[in-house]
Amino acid sequence: MREVAILGVGQVPVREHWDRSVRHLAADAGRAALLDAGVAQVDGIYVGNMTGGRLNHQRQLGAVVADALGMWGVEAVKMEAACGSAGSAMRQGIIAIASGEMEAVLVIGVEKMTENGFPQTTAALTTAADADYEIEQGVTFVGLNALIMRRYMYEYGYERRDFAPFALNAHANGAKNPNAMFRQPISMETYDNGRIVSDPISLFDASPIGDGAAALLLVPAEKAPRAVRVLGSAVATDTLAVHDREDPLSLKASELSVQRAYAQAGVGPADIDLFELHDAFSVMAALSLEACGFAERGEGVRLAQEGAILPDGRIPICSMGGLKARGHPVGATGLYQIAEATLQLQGRAGAAQIDGVDIAMTQNIGGSGATIVTHILQK
Amino acid sequence: MEVSRHWRLQEQRYKLVGETCDNCGVKLFPPRDVCLECEAPAQELYTFTGLGEVFSYTTIYDAPAGFEHDAPYMVALVKLDEGPVITAQLTDMSEGDVEIGMPVEMVTRKLRTDGEEGMIVYGYKFRPALAAV
Ligand SMILES: [Zn+2]
Repeated sequence: MREVAILGVGQVPVREHWDRSVRHLAADAGRAALLDAGVAQVDGIYVGNMTGGRLNHQRQLGAVVADALGMWGVEAVKMEAACGSAGSAMRQGIIAIASGEMEAVLVIGVEKMTENGFPQTTAALTTAADADYEIEQGVTFVGLNALIMRRYMYEYGYERRDFAPFALNAHANGAKNPNAMFRQPISMETYDNGRIVSDPISLFDASPIGDGAAALLLVPAEKAPRAVRVLGSAVATDTLAVHDREDPLSLKASELSVQRAYAQAGVGPADIDLFELHDAFSVMAALSLEACGFAERGEGVRLAQEGAILPDGRIPICSMGGLKARGHPVGATGLYQIAEATLQLQGRAGAAQIDGVDIAMTQNIGGSGATIVTHILQK
Repeated sequence: MEVSRHWRLQEQRYKLVGETCDNCGVKLFPPRDVCLECEAPAQELYTFTGLGEVFSYTTIYDAPAGFEHDAPYMVALVKLDEGPVITAQLTDMSEGDVEIGMPVEMVTRKLRTDGEEGMIVYGYKFRPALAAV
């Protein structure tokens, strides 16, 4: 298998883009990545998206995006794995290059979710859960994470406020990212005043939906010796429903995918300088840190309290705001994470730049942990 | 309308019919035809007692389409006495009453109405176990 490199990065700021449709957002990010790479044509396009068919009345996004980019005739297809869609698109792009099947691939994650009513958007997101045994009980995505968070607090003896460092770090870092949806640091007082959306989860322990698109241009590493290289790429799955897991406080798919990625890369947790994890909810950030070997079971929150997740800490996370502050356009999120990690490795992260990032890891979670995608990158 | 879908799930919704594994004896709900424990085929039907305890719980304020009129409502992970954990609404109690470990029992209640003229979907919810009161 050939090694794969990231030659170009493109992002659209996460916002309410009233003037741009799903195809325009995807094409904007795609063109930005092509321009950044100095490449005009590709052999394939993989699009990550979750809710386009339901909320935007638009499926077949592979062809839609190829059409919007003026790349008629090119091979293109959409990948869907709920909030893990974009990470999954990245994985497919890597397989296409690594196998020798393609020489240049554009991967784009896109989501447009701010023009529907709240119940419709919530219902569309909930389709990531078990239709017959979770959704029919009226549980929401926030609700599932609230169930996990309450159990976590119960088993390990934490209070709700103990999760605050995740929100404070994300918002402080988002303030330094021009593409972030929220660009204001928050105080402990602001965190405390956050409205409870599904007890014990408050507004600041959740992430906002938004419109957005992020794209990467992938090529064989042998053709781009100075580009950021992909050292590891792995997807793993778990039971769809939280209630079917032997231990609802353990992200088995995270453990499996990170172990595969570590093995491919020949590295371990101690080698990772930056971890762009999937903080859709604070408790998910804690579970990810534990599953990936940065903290013992039940110690993920403690790690955050000790300051290890800060930009100057042992394992910085969410360096450009994470899902909480950059925003969570669900099917695009996985590629925002990889775009941000790439910029950090290249020294192009601007005010959010972290010193000495040589190896970065990203982890993109679909649903409540049923699909988990891990990537490890090096400059 | 999805009539056949709701019909197909009636044994589970009204009676908590799951499965048991021939190989290791583990009980499964929802039924999935393959054992979560030993991966052997598991297709022998088993009707759960409907008794269990609250494993975790939350309140839904911002409900998805179809449930807006019921909000706020409580949802729990319930650990059934036979082992499996299931997701279900809590009923006949208020937020202050519930705690992790509380004994609960299954009852049949209205889950939602399938649109203005659609069918009314019934299924299991859990209330405080009467025997334990
Ligand atoms: Zn078995």
